[in-house]
Amino acid sequence: MTAPLATILVARACGPAVEGEAVLSSEGFSPRYDLDRWSGVITKPGHKLEGTNIRDKILFFPTAKGGIAAGWAFFDIKHKGIAPRALVFGVTNPVMVQGAVFADLTITEGWSPHPAEVLHTGDWVRVDPARKVIELLRRA
Amino acid sequence: MRLTAHEQAMLDGRHGAAASDALRYQIEVGRFWGAGRFVPITNAHMMGDIEVMGDAGLDWLRGACEKRAHCSIPITTNARCIDFAFAERLGQDPAEATKERTIIRLLREMNVVTTDTCINYQTIYQPHLGEHVAWGDTGTVIYANSVFGARSNFEAGPAAFAAALTGRTPEYGFHLDEHRKGTLVVRLSAQLDDLADWGAVGKIVGERHQNYFAVPVFAGMRRAPNSDELKHLGAALASYGSMAMFHMVGVTPEAPSLERALGGNRPVDEIVIDDAALERVYAGYDLRDRSASLVVFSGPQLSLLEMKSLGGMFRGRKLHPGTHAFVTTSHGVKSAARELGYLQDLEAAGATVLEGVCFYILQNLSQMRVRNGWTNMISNSAKIVNIIGAHRFNTILRRTRDCVEIACTGRLQ
Repeated sequence: MTAPLATILVARACGPAVEGEAVLSSEGFSPRYDLDRWSGVITKPGHKLEGTNIRDKILFFPTAKGGIAAGWAFFDIKHKGIAPRALVFGVTNPVMVQGAVFADLTITEGWSPHPAEVLHTGDWVRVDPARKVIELLRRA
Repeated sequence: MRLTAHEQAMLDGRHGAAASDALRYQIEVGRFWGAGRFVPITNAHMMGDIEVMGDAGLDWLRGACEKRAHCSIPITTNARCIDFAFAERLGQDPAEATKERTIIRLLREMNVVTTDTCINYQTIYQPHLGEHVAWGDTGTVIYANSVFGARSNFEAGPAAFAAALTGRTPEYGFHLDEHRKGTLVVRLSAQLDDLADWGAVGKIVGERHQNYFAVPVFAGMRRAPNSDELKHLGAALASYGSMAMFHMVGVTPEAPSLERALGGNRPVDEIVIDDAALERVYAGYDLRDRSASLVVFSGPQLSLLEMKSLGGMFRGRKLHPGTHAFVTTSHGVKSAARELGYLQDLEAAGATVLEGVCFYILQNLSQMRVRNGWTNMISNSAKIVNIIGAHRFNTILRRTRDCVEIACTGRLQ
């Protein structure tokens, strides 16, 4: 295994270790407010990621929005085959964690350094909850 | 997490497979948040409807029922996505309606009280100061923590259900004193005469501090708000800011003074909300094509007193041709409103009054929007104005009386 190009430490994490394409958002996220849960596309008008399909992505959001719906919604979109591989939050809320654990999706909270300092959308990253790290493996 | 002998027995399966699964799930969530132990709860409130659960959630529920899952403490359900009396008229999918009926049946078999309301705190159960509960939706949680001084985190559907199976929840977040202290101060000098004004306050504060652990302390109000005003404030704070608690000096039980509410915290921000700040909120909406064909009073469901007030505003008037007005409330409130004549005032004007649902979670809502050619959604609820975006509505917040005027004249200003 080659050494990562950059490493981000996270404060809290759970779920399996996963790799995937990073998508960085400067706006927070809720699967209820922002996501079309039938296509996997972020559809809220004006959302910073409007038009982005989240399937198989590693999603970076500064905050969690709302909302109780994530508890069932992550499980639902996982079984529809349109779930992201991991959710990486600056600050999250219990519902995102309850939903991610229920759906066996990887989730983390807290980051150092800020992802925007070392990553770009399209980069290939690995999220390893056991070691509480996110590693940049390939540039886009 | 430290487990009691009872909890260890539950984890080992001596209270059944469903309780064991639920506790294991709760332990994983608790570990994420650094919970040291569980805390017993007295009441739970869960979201569980086909729109959000999907087929996978329904299958999971069937599995839980097969494992003889049985809720050990009282648990009620949140608003759902279908009012069966209106499903056909609204063009909702009959197959999904059948699934929704199955969900209700399964939940009842597992000892869930299917109340279908997001205003349980006004109509069903009022926990006392310090009482630990496991509630969702977010509006119920922020009301419980703030107005009653009860203790709950946001509990998603599966989490609240797990809590009712095990009778406990991991002790983190708002179950702990350390997270209940105020973190910022908001001085309210605005007039705040309408429910929408209180929602707008929640929008201003919530947008500026999107953080579950931010706890605003409100001070300087011209008068103490009533229950419905607190409801709209809390729902908006929870929606825009993902917040689960606020204090209001002299109003809420853990805020006898500003100092006590802050509990030694130095506020990270001080915000002043005056009349001009509120007017900026109302002026900030893009009116697009000025379409006024959809006006919604929902999110949260209306209390009986809101039904009375709204009925009075619509009395003797008619909706503008082509305009739809929707009102949502609980089963009990609609029944009482019928007895008292408020319902007739609304229906005579042409409004559609739905029970047991909330507008933004209606099954097939996107298709309903397209079929009716709705572009703008006008509401007095700051929460629903924020939350309905994924269905591609352009949303506009207006005061209650203005919403009625728009609905009856078709003119959006």
